[in-house]
Amino acid sequence: METIMRKILTSAILGAMVFLLAGCPNPPVAPEKAPVDERTVTPPAPTSDTNSNPVASSTVDSSGLADVKKGVLAKRSIYFEFDKYDIQEQYRPLVEAHARYLVAHPDRKMLIQGNCDERGSREYNLALGQKRADAVKRALILLGAKETQIESVSLGEEKPRALGHDEASWAENRRGDVLYTGEY
Amino acid sequence: MPTALNSAWIRAFYIALLCVLAGLAAPARAQLTIEITGGGATRIPVAVATFAGDGLLPQALAGVVRADLERSGLFRMVDPGIGPAPTEAQAISYGDWKTRGADALVVGSISPTADGRFEVRFRLHDIVKQAQLGGVAYTMASAQVRTTAHHISDYVYEKLTGNRGIFSTRIAYVVHRSARTEQGVAHGADFLLQIADADGANPQTALVSKEPIISPTWSPDGTRIAYVSFENKKPVVYVHSLVTGNRSVLANYKGSNSAPAWAPDGAHLAVVLSRDGGSQMFLLRPDGSDLNRLASSSAIDTEPCFSPDGQSIYFTSDRGGSPQIYRMPATGGEATRVTFEGSYNVTPRVSPDGKSLAYIARNGGRFQLMLLDLASKQTQVLTEGGADESPSFSPNGKMILYATASGGRGTLSAVSSDGRVRQRLSVQAGDVREPTWGPYGN
Repeated sequence: METIMRKILTSAILGAMVFLLAGCPNPPVAPEKAPVDERTVTPPAPTSDTNSNPVASSTVDSSGLADVKKGVLAKRSIYFEFDKYDIQEQYRPLVEAHARYLVAHPDRKMLIQGNCDERGSREYNLALGQKRADAVKRALILLGAKETQIESVSLGEEKPRALGHDEASWAENRRGDVLYTGEY
Repeated sequence: MPTALNSAWIRAFYIALLCVLAGLAAPARAQLTIEITGGGATRIPVAVATFAGDGLLPQALAGVVRADLERSGLFRMVDPGIGPAPTEAQAISYGDWKTRGADALVVGSISPTADGRFEVRFRLHDIVKQAQLGGVAYTMASAQVRTTAHHISDYVYEKLTGNRGIFSTRIAYVVHRSARTEQGVAHGADFLLQIADADGANPQTALVSKEPIISPTWSPDGTRIAYVSFENKKPVVYVHSLVTGNRSVLANYKGSNSAPAWAPDGAHLAVVLSRDGGSQMFLLRPDGSDLNRLASSSAIDTEPCFSPDGQSIYFTSDRGGSPQIYRMPATGGEATRVTFEGSYNVTPRVSPDGKSLAYIARNGGRFQLMLLDLASKQTQVLTEGGADESPSFSPNGKMILYATASGGRGTLSAVSSDGRVRQRLSVQAGDVREPTWGPYGN
């Protein structure tokens, strides 16, 4: 009895934490089955009278990453305000989708790279990028992903995606990127 | 006559050899040039006479000494005039030199030795007091003209200013080269860790990488450099021997590894790791062993820097809501806040005498090099730049080397710790950043 009560209490506390810290309005749900394109393959008619069967050329995606390149899972960037590392409301669906995916695929691993704009100290920016990556990691863990699935690192201001020296470029570079094993 | 002929042949041979070596090394070289953009209020007028026998060498020795002294911003060169150069063995006509306006005079001579090397002798005279201040003799190979000249400059600088010279020291920095085509071959963007003489000459590439290199820092004995490399898609700290070229991983834990700082005794380094969450400071040995956490906070703690006595660590932390500089005992313990003005004070670097702190402050929208007197708490803005980063004291504490931006490209600058003398160091190819001044040689 006591054990059950503790379990219920733990679940309630965890749920509340997830709601408070990650702002998730819905509890984690199992992901739908990844959609599959159904196609019928018709072998092409022989074009010459040779002794060989016709060979169709195809490319195999051996990365196993096709499922994370579709829909909301294809969205990988979370943007931050200057000198800030809190996740803004608009990125919650993205974070929730990746959390659901990690929960459903416990063998999958993820690297989160935090980035900063070029202004100020390189080392302080490295630490700031780490805070951004950690914020994303923490939200994913609160939504059910395992700590061992995720490594958060910082690239600081060293790998800018936008190369300009203006506000638009700086905004583009204040970012956390989500990558799955095989993508980095 | 046979001696002179031999010398001429030797000289021609060395010049040819140097040309060949220079040609081979050319693609990796990116020579720094130094431009002085300010000077001390009272510069000492000094004449450096061309050394007798200078023609035996592949490069004019007196010219290197003149350039060194002039670049310091503390001396004004007096034209020694034409005519036969006096040597250190001759009596000096103090009156003549006084008329030319010199307060001090350097004279010297170069002569070949029996084993194919050269003896360089020089003497420094105080024209005002009409007295000799001393002299030294060196034996050198013809490829050591610059090294010998820097030693002479160090001697003159110390005798005339009372401070140890820094002309024989080296600097390290990172060059970022963009994608380019050299002699028909396409190269991707890359990063070079380079070591050069303090005057920017003789740049040597210690490391080439496709990924960024940041935060290089010299071991106290000058034989190794610790730095952060992104070659494994995340920051990892390495220690690189300049003697053997071997490099070893100092810290590669889960998360980010960065901000190496050597303790003055060279037996430990401080690093910043995110392996336990956040960016936190740890101590470890140069081989990576004996890792111990130095402090514990929920905030960013980074950019550690040891005080010269090894007793304290200065660092940047946002524990108070904005990045500020703090100090704590090097054995761990309570931190005390050091900077209070403004909302962004980062990258603390303690002067070699431990009395002042160079750091970067955001003033308005500009990032500027600042100097704080630790006793009086007075601060001084040393630069007018807007994008200053990575300050590094010269080992005598008289100059601070730092990175800044000019025309969208990274350049290096140096400013005297009184703010009066300014130098700009520029490199032809690419963007230069992350300068760090090496220690005195032995």
